Amino acid sequence: MKKKKLVLVGNGMAGVRCIEEILKIDSDGFEITIFGREPYPNYNRILLSTVLQGDTSIDDITINELEWYEQHNIQLYTGETVVEIDKERKQVYTDKDRQIEYDELILATGSLPFMLPLPGADKEGVTAFRDIQDCQTMIESAQQYRKAVVIGGGLLGLEAARGLLNLGMEVDVVHICEHLMERQLDPTASKMLQKELEAQGMNFLLNKQTEEIFGSRRVEGLLFKDGSKIEADLVVMAVGIRPNVQLAKNNGIQVNRGIVVNDYMQTDCPNIYAVGECAEHREIVYGLVAPLYEQGKILAEKVCGVESKKYEGSVVSTQLKVSGVDVFSAGDFLDNHDTNSIKVYDDFEGIYKKVVFRDDKVAGAVLFGDIGEGPKLLNMINDRTDISNLSKVAILQDHSGGESSKSAALEMVNSEVICGCNGVTKGEICGAIVENGLTTVDQVKDNTNASRSCGGCKPLVQDLLEYTLGDEFDQSEIKEAVCGCTTLSREEVIEEIKSKNLKFVKEIMNVLGWKNEEGCSKCRPALNYYLGMLYPSDYEDEQESRFVNDRLHANIQKDGTYSVVPRMYGGVTNVTDLRKIADVAEKYDVPMIKLTGGQRIDLLGIKKEDLPKVWADLDMPSGYAYGKALRTVKTCVGSQFCRFGTQDSTQLGIDLEKKFERLNTPHKVKMSVSACPRNCAESGIKDVGIVGVDGGFEIYVGGNGGTHLRAGDLLCTVKKEKEVIETTAAFLQYYRETATYLERTSKWIERIGLENIREVLFDEENKKQLVARIEEALAHTKDPWEEIVKNQEIQEKLFRNLETQTSVRA
Amino acid sequence: MERIYVANVNNLPEKLGKSVKVRNYDIALFKLSTGVIHAIENSCPHKGGVLSQGIISGKHVYCPMHNWKICTEEGKAQKPDEGCVKTFEVEIKDEKVYVCL
Ligand code: SRM
Ligand SMILES: Cc1cc2nc3c(=O)[nH]c(=O)nc-3n(C[C@H](O)[C@H](O)[C@H](O)COP(=O)(O)OP(=O)(O)OC[C@H]3O[C@@H](n4cnc5c(N)ncnc54)[C@H](O)[C@@H]3O)c2cc1C
Ligand code: SF4
Ligand code: FES
Repeated sequence: MKKKKLVLVGNGMAGVRCIEEILKIDSDGFEITIFGREPYPNYNRILLSTVLQGDTSIDDITINELEWYEQHNIQLYTGETVVEIDKERKQVYTDKDRQIEYDELILATGSLPFMLPLPGADKEGVTAFRDIQDCQTMIESAQQYRKAVVIGGGLLGLEAARGLLNLGMEVDVVHICEHLMERQLDPTASKMLQKELEAQGMNFLLNKQTEEIFGSRRVEGLLFKDGSKIEADLVVMAVGIRPNVQLAKNNGIQVNRGIVVNDYMQTDCPNIYAVGECAEHREIVYGLVAPLYEQGKILAEKVCGVESKKYEGSVVSTQLKVSGVDVFSAGDFLDNHDTNSIKVYDDFEGIYKKVVFRDDKVAGAVLFGDIGEGPKLLNMINDRTDISNLSKVAILQDHSGGESSKSAALEMVNSEVICGCNGVTKGEICGAIVENGLTTVDQVKDNTNASRSCGGCKPLVQDLLEYTLGDEFDQSEIKEAVCGCTTLSREEVIEEIKSKNLKFVKEIMNVLGWKNEEGCSKCRPALNYYLGMLYPSDYEDEQESRFVNDRLHANIQKDGTYSVVPRMYGGVTNVTDLRKIADVAEKYDVPMIKLTGGQRIDLLGIKKEDLPKVWADLDMPSGYAYGKALRTVKTCVGSQFCRFGTQDSTQLGIDLEKKFERLNTPHKVKMSVSACPRNCAESGIKDVGIVGVDGGFEIYVGGNGGTHLRAGDLLCTVKKEKEVIETTAAFLQYYRETATYLERTSKWIERIGLENIREVLFDEENKKQLVARIEEALAHTKDPWEEIVKNQEIQEKLFRNLETQTSVRA
Repeated sequence: MERIYVANVNNLPEKLGKSVKVRNYDIALFKLSTGVIHAIENSCPHKGGVLSQGIISGKHVYCPMHNWKICTEEGKAQKPDEGCVKTFEVEIKDEKVYVCL
């Protein structure tokens, strides 16, 4: 088949990216010709700012080397301008009298810098900031001259100004408004930015309008409308850009501000498309690469004739590429009558954050000083995330101070975008790192396009690299290592424990080469649990590896006191127990007696030293309200009293609680029994929830009413109480053996699948063995409170504080 | 400087903290697996968590409240967190542990 002739006008970022996308879909389908007015292969215009600031050289910013064009048999004409399109004959003509036919024609002519039509604007020493040529003009001027003036206090102007400072020039920035970057920042952020840039050495002339550029041949200064003047050896105009539409306009293609295109980037003329800064889509002309790349992808699909998505517009975010200044802005960031906003302002640290909400969605944001949450916020804006269930403040608090100054990238979910310019997600990056064994940001760039454009996400990519590879560049994330101390996964560790017959936490860490000799707060409790699960009869629980609650068998409170929750099986109590609780509360001056959400009583605010005494006086079993163990079995009144009750839910709840109490589990386990589908004990949101129906019981599993609300799945329906207990036993044991420490059943089920669980549990032989193993584990449990009350040594070791005696002066 | 007797070496459990009130200070004592004993203020720089009840690894303790990692020798919160607690010199003589104020 004859190849189609594809012609691209404009050898810039958007056009060439679109060609790359086309080659990805169909590497052989087109005979491609590209015309570019500039005398270079496609380069990264964005990085001109960094070139000017001295961080990169012009040679380094080429995106597609000449070899790339050759490799793909692309005919490239640089330094050649297309001047005419003959739509009838389907041909283009250039300023070098070349004439080329096309089947498909893509216009990607970009924009032109807007030059203010001032008297003197044509003098030597007046330049725009758009291409390599402009950059060179500035670099050369800086070698001979001293005083630069940038007209325009927007993104581009400020990046130019920073560059000129780096080149050793004195820089004045003239801006027509009162606020810098007013299109991206609110007045507060703008003022902070101004302060920061002034500290870096820029001088601002705000609310100034230029009247004239004076000088003889070369510029010598500026005259303003208010009559004032300043000197200048170099004037950089950065007041805006205009879509470059002349070619289209002259040749009868519909043009408004830009070349008008539909959702498939088609112009009003057949087989002619426009993409990039020259295109106007739904009345918007974009000036950042992220949307242009999206457009390019959609256009590529269209040109290749594969069923394509529509382009529906983009929400853009901007970052200022000036070192030492972190600014992020996206969406509708100005307050309005229909918006609300949250602001954080820290004058000491120079941090300002503002998130604007509309109808329970994030509408826009401005961040200054700490922009770690930028990608996350942009994702929320783009996904129109409903935040009515989130604490609005938490949206920001995630990273302010504390545990949270960790890279924002680590807390993002895999589907979130890290590289805004190229739309690359965290998952794609981590996946590529692991699959292709990448170890440098450059490799990630080549592999995924992430950080290939503005480079703003490089730090995030770096964080992901370190995170994904661990300290020594090994694979931890995708495989889910136990923690940062090792690269081994839970499964691998358990395999090793079994095959090497390891018996102590310390031994595991030693033999398996833990990076931190003594582990961390994540692996130690986990290993302790795995050992206990594997050796139920002879493993001696290791106190030092337990989180304080599990070590002291009480729940630590914010002031360092503890809470005590005794068992109240099935939520049923009696006068003796109530009286004992009342007496204890009185005797120890308990500050709060509270009914918990789990149908029992919580005594809060007890001192550590008093715990053993409280337990002794209570003489009731521990309710394990602190433990990774069975917590409560919530019940409803059921058939004993309720007119709808079909089963004795209360008794079954008590039986379940007595049967499984004290069992260590990967995370806490909550159960409940309701006696009819009205479900008053909320069986749909429990790890194991039983619903009595006429003639039987439904067993729901994997429900959760906490952080991640999840309705339980119906595992099966059984006839008798005995079967409920047996199924629950097998289910719990399978969970104990296969879940990761601190993984609730809700997460576990989603990971390993309900069908898998059914297959295992409904195999009679398997089930019998699971039940046998859980029985063994249960047989070795003891009530911890009772044990501690009887054991002076543990009391001494864990509960008693030291007391000072004599003091010696020295 | 003042030395205050707080415990016997043998009475301090290994890899578990102990708290002791000395003057106005609530002090956390840690006997590390190496046998070295450190004393720091028993109040986490984050939100005042009781450090003596944390999990100990090497010379660090993890605060039981929100898991900050604090160096028991220098009192510094480990990255990415920032902050620090007071440290106290410990002297041992004849198996007796003294805290110096
Ligand atoms: C006391 C109680 C609140 C109350 O006053 O009612 C409570 C108190 C605490 N809950 Fe809870 N939860 C209590 C019922 C619940 C419930 C409701 C229920 O069980 O019916 C839930 C949602 C149901 C669920 O878990 O599916 C609940 C979901 C959580 C979660 C989120 C767990 C999750 O996987 O999503 C945590 C955090 C955790 O465990 O990591 C938590 C953690 C806590 C801790 C232990 C926080 C901590 O680590 O210090 C609180 C301890 C305070 C204390 O010492 O008493 N609490 N917590 C309730 C005790 C029930 C009991 O008798 O044992
Ligand atoms: C200094 C600077 C910093 C920037 N920083 C960022 C940033 O941080 N983030 C961001 O997302 N964006 C940034 N941008 C904007 C970004 O560079 C542009 O959005 C992007 O380059 C536009 O791509 P394009 O292909 O549409 O246009 P261009 O890259 O301008 O490409 C158009 C090309 O077509 C050529 N051409 C025009 N007409 C013809 C013709 N008739 N025949 C042949 N060739 C023709 C032009 O010479 C030009 O080379 C920055 C821009 C500049 C100048
Ligand atoms: S919801 Fe639970 S964890 Fe949160 S404050 Fe209340 S008791 Fe504490
Ligand atoms: S109080 Fe110590 S980590 Fe929060």
